[in-house]
Amino acid sequence: MKMRLLALALFLCGGLLFSQDYFPENEGVKSKNNNYWAFTNAKIYVTPTQVVENGTLLIKGGKVIQVGNSVSIPKNAIVEDLKGMAIYPSFIEVFSSFGVEKPKRAQGGGRSAQYGPSREGFYWNDHIMPENNAIEKFKYDSKKAGTLRKAGFGVVNTHIADGIARGTGALVALNDRGTEGERVLEDESAQYFSFTKSVASRQSYPTSLMGGTALMRQVYHDVKWYESGNMETKDRSLEALIANKNLPQIFAAGDNGNVLRADKIGDQFGVPYVILGGGDEYEHIDAVQNANTTLILPINFPKAYDVSDPYAASYVNLAEMRHWNMAPSNPKLVSDKGIRFALTTHDLKSASDFMGMLAKALERGLSKQKALEALTTVPANILGKSNEIGSLQKGRYANFLITSGDVFDKNTTVYENWVQGQKYELADKNVKDVRGNYDLKVAGTTYTMGITGKTTSPSVEIKQDSVKLKSKLSYKDGWVNLSFSTDEGSKNYMMKGLITASDNINGRLILPNGKESSFMAIKTGDFEEKEKKEAMAMEAPKLMQVTYPNIGYGNKNLPQAQDWLFKNATVWTGTEKLENTDVLVKNGKISKVGQGLSAGGATQIDATGKHLTAGVIDEHSHVAGISINEAGQNSSAEVRMTDVLDPKDINIYRNLGGGVTTFQLLHGSANPIGGQSAIIKLKWGEDAEGLQFPDMPKFIKFALGENVKQSNWNSYSRFPQTRMGVEQVMVNYFQRAKEYDAKKKSGQPYRVDEDLEAVAEILNGERYISCHSYVQSEINMLMKVADKFGFKVNTFTHILEGYKVADKMAEHGAGGSTFSDWWAYKYEVKDAIPYNAAIMAKEGVVVAINSDDREMSRRLNQEAGKTMKYGGMSEIEAWKTVTLNPAKLLHIDHRVGSIKTGMDADLVLWSDHPMSVYARAEKTIIEGAVYFDLEKDKAQREAIRKERAELTQMMLNAKAGGAKTQKPKQRSKRNFECHTL
Amino acid sequence: MRSITLIFTVLWGCLAMAQQTPAGPQTQAITIEGATAHLGNGEVIENSLLMFSAGKLTYVGSADNEIARQGKVIDASGKHVYPGFIAPAKSLGLIEINAVRATNDQDEIGDLIPHVRSLIAYNAESQVVESMRPNGVLIGQTTPLGGTISGTSSIVQFDAWNWEDAAIKVDDGIHLHWPNSFRRGRWWLGEDPAYKPNKEYQKEVDEIKAFMANSVAYGRAKPEANNPAFAAMQGVLDGSKKAYVYANLEREIIDAVTTLKGAGVQHVVVVGGYDTHKITDFIKKHEVAVLVQRTHSLPAREDDDYDMPYKLPKLLADAGVLVGLQNAGASNFQTRNLPFYAGQVVGQGMDKEAALQLITGNTAEILGISNDYGTLEVGKSATLFVSEGDALDMRGNQLTHAFIDGREISLETHQTELWKRYMEKFEGK
Repeated sequence: MKMRLLALALFLCGGLLFSQDYFPENEGVKSKNNNYWAFTNAKIYVTPTQVVENGTLLIKGGKVIQVGNSVSIPKNAIVEDLKGMAIYPSFIEVFSSFGVEKPKRAQGGGRSAQYGPSREGFYWNDHIMPENNAIEKFKYDSKKAGTLRKAGFGVVNTHIADGIARGTGALVALNDRGTEGERVLEDESAQYFSFTKSVASRQSYPTSLMGGTALMRQVYHDVKWYESGNMETKDRSLEALIANKNLPQIFAAGDNGNVLRADKIGDQFGVPYVILGGGDEYEHIDAVQNANTTLILPINFPKAYDVSDPYAASYVNLAEMRHWNMAPSNPKLVSDKGIRFALTTHDLKSASDFMGMLAKALERGLSKQKALEALTTVPANILGKSNEIGSLQKGRYANFLITSGDVFDKNTTVYENWVQGQKYELADKNVKDVRGNYDLKVAGTTYTMGITGKTTSPSVEIKQDSVKLKSKLSYKDGWVNLSFSTDEGSKNYMMKGLITASDNINGRLILPNGKESSFMAIKTGDFEEKEKKEAMAMEAPKLMQVTYPNIGYGNKNLPQAQDWLFKNATVWTGTEKLENTDVLVKNGKISKVGQGLSAGGATQIDATGKHLTAGVIDEHSHVAGISINEAGQNSSAEVRMTDVLDPKDINIYRNLGGGVTTFQLLHGSANPIGGQSAIIKLKWGEDAEGLQFPDMPKFIKFALGENVKQSNWNSYSRFPQTRMGVEQVMVNYFQRAKEYDAKKKSGQPYRVDEDLEAVAEILNGERYISCHSYVQSEINMLMKVADKFGFKVNTFTHILEGYKVADKMAEHGAGGSTFSDWWAYKYEVKDAIPYNAAIMAKEGVVVAINSDDREMSRRLNQEAGKTMKYGGMSEIEAWKTVTLNPAKLLHIDHRVGSIKTGMDADLVLWSDHPMSVYARAEKTIIEGAVYFDLEKDKAQREAIRKERAELTQMMLNAKAGGAKTQKPKQRSKRNFECHTL
Repeated sequence: MRSITLIFTVLWGCLAMAQQTPAGPQTQAITIEGATAHLGNGEVIENSLLMFSAGKLTYVGSADNEIARQGKVIDASGKHVYPGFIAPAKSLGLIEINAVRATNDQDEIGDLIPHVRSLIAYNAESQVVESMRPNGVLIGQTTPLGGTISGTSSIVQFDAWNWEDAAIKVDDGIHLHWPNSFRRGRWWLGEDPAYKPNKEYQKEVDEIKAFMANSVAYGRAKPEANNPAFAAMQGVLDGSKKAYVYANLEREIIDAVTTLKGAGVQHVVVVGGYDTHKITDFIKKHEVAVLVQRTHSLPAREDDDYDMPYKLPKLLADAGVLVGLQNAGASNFQTRNLPFYAGQVVGQGMDKEAALQLITGNTAEILGISNDYGTLEVGKSATLFVSEGDALDMRGNQLTHAFIDGREISLETHQTELWKRYMEKFEGK
């Protein structure tokens, strides 16, 4: 019965039910509707570039039959005249989890992590679930469908938004009246990936972005290995990946450089990802352009911060303020670079916010054509479905919008959204315009009445002898409901009437005394749209300038190398201190060191009374890393710090202010075998690629002691829990890497294992170890393990009991990179002494002083000075601990760490003795380019103050203009140290 | 170097103990002659003459003055003399190894517990405390941590057998951690780690106000039943104790000072005070002193001047605020770097003697011990040291002698002993 009522309803409103011929019919007799619908006299956007004026769209059975100016309309067509209206293909949402419930968060487990997988017959990592298919969990959500249709969407590609490999998505038409058989256009429409683990599994690995990146790479290696029939066991995950190989591959990357991270994986393995962006692509638009990929762009532009409380406002960083200003321009800037993109409602609280956000992007200059493409042809193309959706060419699904005009104009009404030939009315397009001026005749009195506002929801004003009366009007389905009161609200008149052919309104009147009568409103004039107030047309906001990086103290232009002549400086060459000496810099290199040098074309700097040194080098830093520890395994040799560089870390700039020009960004110490280091030059403003040291030597972090044993927090399940176990992990890995390498070198087929690859590089002398270490027993142990496998431990870092085994270290050839004076923070540093560096140096160990701390590193020069206090190192030897010696330990002393002809011009001009607590770095130069300058810094402060003030005014204006605001907040980087997870 | 090592080795032979033995009372007058004396009150005397007996300074002046040298004479020509540095707001002696819970006596449970006293837990034999002395840090305010009112501190000197003889000023003040108006999301619970306005701020402030009001009311009448918390607050109300209030943002500082002054607290010291430089008139008007966070810290906000923590003490001093330095936010072992925190400000243009005041004269005044400590003046305690060079600079801070109340203390530590033991091992091979 229900079914028949529905069918009747659909028949009445003109819909066409799909026929499912082979289904038996037991509630009546079989019948079929073969009528056409013809929409005539409309402006039809067949595609974003093919527009037909006064055209006809002919549909039948949910598909487009014909479109154009010369469509012959069959006799059995229902014809709708759409004069003055427009037809657009309805939009496609390509990134959604519509109708798919988000998996539930895994519970329990206590504080000990789960290291193994919770499944059998699948990949070893729970977060790789390509075998999942959204269609199996899909449940059509008609409420959400309604919201999406209202925003203009007709088709949605949905997926299970959980895990790193997420399986396949399904393509669904938003057709409430269809069956699953009709509206599901494709069961397996695309394959999805992300950098985020599944909430449904507690398996620990990966705990970091770099772990996620490494895992993706390993998966692709394993696919290849499995495909060639080399795996002995069944792996349904890898099988699914192989099966899904030819589907569109969509990577949910997000902001903060993740687009480029995803693209890099895709490039390595030949997978052309379509990548979900984060809305901040404008910050590094050239790199995104070079990635040459298709993007899916969210348009969840941030609300203005409510900066009306100055105390709270001071918490908002300039970077956030600027993003508020610039984010709405992101689609335009992406479009200007010729990057292909689709738009998505992803990240929006509700799809109903979509058109409002899009309007902002259009205000900023995004072309309407590009916007339409991003919502129709591009997503159709991404999904390989251009023949079915995304345009109104013949044979496509009849998915279209009927609008009062330009679909992107704020004043346009979208009347109908047709999906698969089914009409979904959003507003009555046949509504009669009731607006205008009337004489309202009620019970012998004539009032003046004006009806204004929107056609579909007008408002009323009734006056008696120019006195405004309290009145109300509603207008629906052709009926006008009207009421007003006189005598200060004591007498109420109620009316309901219809609009007559002569545009008057008449009908029933109920008098205040309850008697029934009738009323008449005679139209005296048409409604006149008032000219829009100029003030309302928001002036296009001033667009701030992107800096490199795009935060406070960023550069408007990247610093360029210059030629310099430093005159009369005290020059610390690394091996000696030269008074009254000149240094000439040319083409980013040290050209000459001597006296009485002539400038030639170089800029001369009077350095009288000042000290010139090589830039400070920190062997152990965690600045500029988005993540620091991959703690999910006891070896994470496969992860790379270069995958998670953060060029926007303000501490790069602050360290330049302390004379630092190079550091090693090390993995943390959460596991015995950590990850691969990045060696960075602090070229503030360069991107992740540009920061990396030229021909960067390969390093890896190892760790010993309390951190890898997990001694200081409640975790008891991971091997090793003792120093005894640490040795076993080391020996086991080196042995397996040896066997792996032998197999690889033998030419036999082998499974690429990124973990063992990195460890094998150590054995082959291609990768150096920097090992976090504290007590003498473990230091000695690792040297003995290294001896056994025939390599050298390059550096022991921290090495606070190095002084107890300094002779053994010297003999082995290991360097020591230590704190100047840290101790007492945990049991294993009970015997740490500040004389450590001096003793090790005396025994012939190459000694560096490091920071492991973004604050300490910016005054590492002073920490070097402490080696003079503790143990009496000479000032030349002391200065080496933060320049030449770390350069040696990092195998970069051929370029940096000393002032000699031919070395990189990485220089610091100090106001005082470089190891004095009173010294300030006045200029910090890398390869001849000034990256920090005290005077420039002053100008930057002023520029920040001005820009903040300007943006604050803009936000206050936005708030005053009625814009929604958000509470001030400060994005915060966590303070990474060695043990941070 | 070898000969120095040899001397140390001999010394080490007699001092192979876990802790240094405290020095006995001064029995003989001591004269230090020829040094540059930095008095800690902004003054400096070149070629100075200092004499002290029975623990008190008897003469401070020029060595050109031909008066009789008393007792043992130390020739300190070319060296420098300083008053012992003072470390306020530190849990020194209350925790030994941060990661070993059993050594932790710095943070009692409870939110408003002014009655909890640090002094009786102070470990006079702490190796961490001992390591302060070779850098010139001779006095500290041993301070409990945590909660809103953490408890009551005491001021101690760093060469003692136990807490009783360590004490310089018993129960000198309470330590109140003002609520934060902005709070970081608890990322470990999956919250956004960003700083956001603390919705509970006013409620938390109101709790403090109510506590203060109760303390005031409690003090007006002889209580029927003892309330230890309210009783412990009476000292700050009658002026015999100071209130140390930890606050950093402008609003918090203003709220804190207004609340405490409004409740009748006489001596308020702001600890931290990151934003105080913006409201120096307010600070001066309320006669509040500031103990600034260590200069070796990062700016609080991304857009702040990179050297803001370096120059903050100077900005305050220039505006006429009484300012000292503390390092409450750092690990205890770091407190030996106190002189270098002061030295850092000199790089920002502060006069060296003024910078010295940040850890001597000013701090003594702020802590209320300036009658005896903080400056080198006749009649005050002979708590001072001799350094080979400029003690505010890492390179010059090399102590040869140190005295607390005239007692010559050992400059050896667990760390110097290990140094010598291993130097001997390697040199003897």
